[in-house]
Amino acid sequence: MSATLVSSPHGSRPNRVDRVMQEVLLALVPGVAAMIWFFGWGVLINITLAVAVALIAEAAVMRVRRRPIGPAIGDYSAVVTAVLFAISVPPTLPWWMTLLGMLFAIVLVKQLYGGIGYNPFNPAMAAYVFLLVSYPVAMTTWLAPDMLAEHAVSFTESLRLIFGGALPSGVEWDAISAATPLDEMRGKLDQGMPIAEIRLSPLWGDFGGRGWEWVANGFLLGGVYLLWRRIITWHIPVSMLAALAVAAGAIWLIDPTTHPFPAFHLFSGAAILGAFFIATDPVSACTTKTGQLIFGASIGLLVFVIRTWGGYPDAVAFAVLLMNIVAPTIDHYTQPRVFGHSGNRANP
Amino acid sequence: MAAIQSLLRRDRLWTFHGGIHVPDEKALSNGRAVEVMPLPKRLVIPLQQHIGATARPVAKVGDRVLKGQLLAQAEGYVSACIHASSSGTLVAIEPHPVPHPSGLSALCAVIETDGEDTWAELPEPITHYAQLDPTEIRERIRWAGVVGLGGASFPTSVKLNPGPDQRIRTLIINGAECEPYITCDDLLMRERAGDILAGVRIMHHLLGDPRILIGIEDNKPEAFEAMRFALAETDMRGYTEIRSIPTLYPSGGEKQLIRILTGEEVPTHAIPARIGIVCQNVGSAAAVADAVLEGRPLTSRIVTVTGRAIAEPRNLEVRIGTPVSDLIAHCGGYRERPRKLVCGGPMMGFEIAHAEIPVTKPANCVLALTEAETPDPGPALACIRCGRCAEVCPAKLLPQQLYWHARAKDLDRVQDYNLFDCIECGCCAQVCPSHIPLVQYYRYAKNEVWAREEDKRKAELARMRHEAKQARLERQERERKARLRQKKESLDAGPGKSQTDQDAKKAAIEAAKQRAAAKKAAAAKAEETDDA
Repeated sequence: MSATLVSSPHGSRPNRVDRVMQEVLLALVPGVAAMIWFFGWGVLINITLAVAVALIAEAAVMRVRRRPIGPAIGDYSAVVTAVLFAISVPPTLPWWMTLLGMLFAIVLVKQLYGGIGYNPFNPAMAAYVFLLVSYPVAMTTWLAPDMLAEHAVSFTESLRLIFGGALPSGVEWDAISAATPLDEMRGKLDQGMPIAEIRLSPLWGDFGGRGWEWVANGFLLGGVYLLWRRIITWHIPVSMLAALAVAAGAIWLIDPTTHPFPAFHLFSGAAILGAFFIATDPVSACTTKTGQLIFGASIGLLVFVIRTWGGYPDAVAFAVLLMNIVAPTIDHYTQPRVFGHSGNRANP
Repeated sequence: MAAIQSLLRRDRLWTFHGGIHVPDEKALSNGRAVEVMPLPKRLVIPLQQHIGATARPVAKVGDRVLKGQLLAQAEGYVSACIHASSSGTLVAIEPHPVPHPSGLSALCAVIETDGEDTWAELPEPITHYAQLDPTEIRERIRWAGVVGLGGASFPTSVKLNPGPDQRIRTLIINGAECEPYITCDDLLMRERAGDILAGVRIMHHLLGDPRILIGIEDNKPEAFEAMRFALAETDMRGYTEIRSIPTLYPSGGEKQLIRILTGEEVPTHAIPARIGIVCQNVGSAAAVADAVLEGRPLTSRIVTVTGRAIAEPRNLEVRIGTPVSDLIAHCGGYRERPRKLVCGGPMMGFEIAHAEIPVTKPANCVLALTEAETPDPGPALACIRCGRCAEVCPAKLLPQQLYWHARAKDLDRVQDYNLFDCIECGCCAQVCPSHIPLVQYYRYAKNEVWAREEDKRKAELARMRHEAKQARLERQERERKARLRQKKESLDAGPGKSQTDQDAKKAAIEAAKQRAAAKKAAAAKAEETDDA
C-alpha cells in the first residue's frame, strides 16, 4: 500500500498528454502523406530536421532549467510543434531556416514562457511568421504539385536543394516551382482578370489548386479523426470554417466575377490544417465553449480579411497569433453559468 | 393531445452538464445475496458518525449494555443518537482510529460482546403513524439515530423537518448508486424493496404529502423491477413514480439527481428544501421503516466489500462498529496484495491506511484495489489547458482556472470562480491528461478559505475583546478621576469639617512622634546593656 494517502479519485486515468499528442500526430498522417505525394521528399526531410532540432532544443532548455528531460521529450508536444511547422514551410526551405525557426519556436515562444502549457502563442505559427517576415522570398517559393512540374525533384535532389541550395543540374527554378493557388488568385485578380478567366489555368482543380485540395482533404480526414477521438471539439474548427465560408460567400454573392467561390477559400492555403490542427492548440486557444466559438469565428473572419485586403496571400498564422493575444480576455468574459447560479457570468 | 403531452412531460428526464462514463465494476459484488456478518468479539462504535455535534455518552464504562441500547445521546439539534449494536460490556470510551480522510482518532465506545446478541427493551412499534403528530414520529427517527446512508450522513430527522414555512412538493428517493463498484443500495432494493417503500410512505406523511420520485440508474434492472413490483403492492402508486435514469456518473449526487428528475437546479449555497424538494437515500428510507414500524434503532448497515484484491467480493449486513479487517477476512481475505484500501467508492471515497477501523453508518463500501485498478498516476504534468475538465464538470465550473488559482493560493480568485460549488465528484481529475490531482487542490483551497475565515473570525473577536478592554480601562480611569474630583470638591466645599480633620491629623502625627521617641529610647537602653 502507498505510504501517503492520496485524494480521490482512485481509479486508473484513461487520458495522458503523450497519448493526446500521439493521436494528433496520427491524425496528421493522411495530410502529410498527400503533401509528400504532391510535393516530394522535401516535406519529409523538413519534418525530420524540424523534429530533431525541436527535441534537441527542448532537451537543452530543460537541462539549463534543471528540470527532468524525459517527461518533456516524452510528451510529444515538441514533435507536434515541429511537424506543424515543417508542413507549413516550403519543401525547399534551406536547412538553416528550419533550424532557426524551430529554435525560435521551442526556446523563445515555448520554453521562455515556462514550457508546455504556459506559452501564450502557438509556437509553430510564431516561428512561421518570424521566418515569413524575415525571409519572405524563401518562405513563399513553393514547388509545383507533382502533376504540374516539368521536373520531379528526387530524394537526393531534395537533400541537395535543402542543405546545399543547389538546383538539380540543368533545371531552372521555373521548372520546379509554381505560385500557390492563393498567390495565383491574388496576383491575377490584382491584374484585373475575372475569376472565370483565372480558372482556365491548368493549376486549378475542383475547389482550390490541383494537388493542394487533396492535401486539404487529407487534413480534413485527420480533423474528423480528432473529433471522433474527442481530442478536439467541434467548436473551433466549425466556427472558423463557417465564418470563413460565410464571409467569402457573402462577398461572392455580391460580385462573383472578382471574388472566388467560398469553397476556394476553404480548400486553399492552410484553412483546413489551421482549423483542425493549429487553432485548436489547447494551450494558446480559448477554453470556454462560448469563447472557442468566438475565437474560431474571429480567426475565420481575419483569414478572409487578410487574404482579401491584406498584404499576404495567406493569413492563418497571423489570424491565430492575433487571436492568441485576446484568448485569455475572451475566456474571462465567456465563463459559463455555474450550476445553481442565476446570472450568466460567474464573475464580472 | 394535451393529455398525451402532459403524460410525456411527466416522464421526462432532464440532463446535467458533463459527467463521465466509468467502468461500473458492479458485477464483482452484486451476484450474491446479502450475507449477515457474524458477531465480532469487539465493537468499536464512534460517537460521531454523522454531520453535526458529537453525541454525549450516557452509558458508563463497565456497564452491561444490550443490543439497541442508547450509548450516546444526540447533542443539539443537528446530531444523532448512537446505540449498542450488540450486547456485552462497555469496556472503554476512548479515542480510536475511525474512518476519516485525516486518519485521525476519535472518541469511540468499545464493547466486548457476550455473543448472546440480546436486544434491549425497545419502544413500541408505531403502525398508525398517519394519525400521529409528525413531531412524535420525527422524535422516534431521531432516537433511532437514522442518518443519510448514502455517504453524507446528515441526520434524517432534521432533513424531514423543513419547517412550517417551507412546503415540500417533491420527495426524491436516491437509488442511483452511481459510484463504480458499490452495490449495497442495489442489493437493498432487490431484497428489501417493501421496507424501503414503507419508509418512504412515512417520509411522505412527515413532509406533508409531496409527490415521490424514485431514481435508479439503468445498470440496476433487477433493483428497478423489484421496486416496481413492490410499489404495485402498495397504496402509494397515486403519488409515486420510479424512474430509470441513464447511467452517468455522478447522477447520484443530490443536486444532479434533482436536476435529472425534476429539471430544477438547487440554488448555490442553498439546500434542496429551498425549492421544495427533499432527497433521501433508499437505505435511510429502510432505516426509517425499521425505527418507526419496528421500534429498532440503526445498529447495522449493508457494506459492499469489493475490489479485485478481495478474494470473494460481496455485500455484508454489518453491525456498526465491526472492524473492517473482519469484513475482509470474512470475504476470504486478499486474493493479492492491495495497493490501496479505500472507504467508499473509487471516485469520492478516501484512502485508509489500514483495516483496523470500524464500520460506521455512512460506510457504504470497503474497496481493496489492486495495482492494475489503481495504478500510480505518476507525477503530475503541466496543465495543457485542454478543457476536458470543464466539459465533464457537473457543476459547470472551470476546473482549470480553479486549479491555477488554488495553486497560486489566490483564495479570493478561487472563490470568484465558485470553488464552493464544487461537489468534489472527481470527474475533472479522472479525465485530466496531465494527471493533476485537481480535487486535492480544491480540498486544499477550501480548507485554506475556511482557515482564513476562522482566523478572520478570531482576529475580529480579539479586536472586539481588545476594544472592550480599552473601553473598560478608559471607563475605570474616568470613574477614578470623577471620584477624586468629587472628593476634592467635597473637601473644598466643607471647611468646618476640614478643620476637625486637620486637628485629628495633628493629633495623629503627635502620637506617632511620641511612639517613635519611646522606641528610640528603648533601643538606646538595650544598646547600653549589651555593651555592659
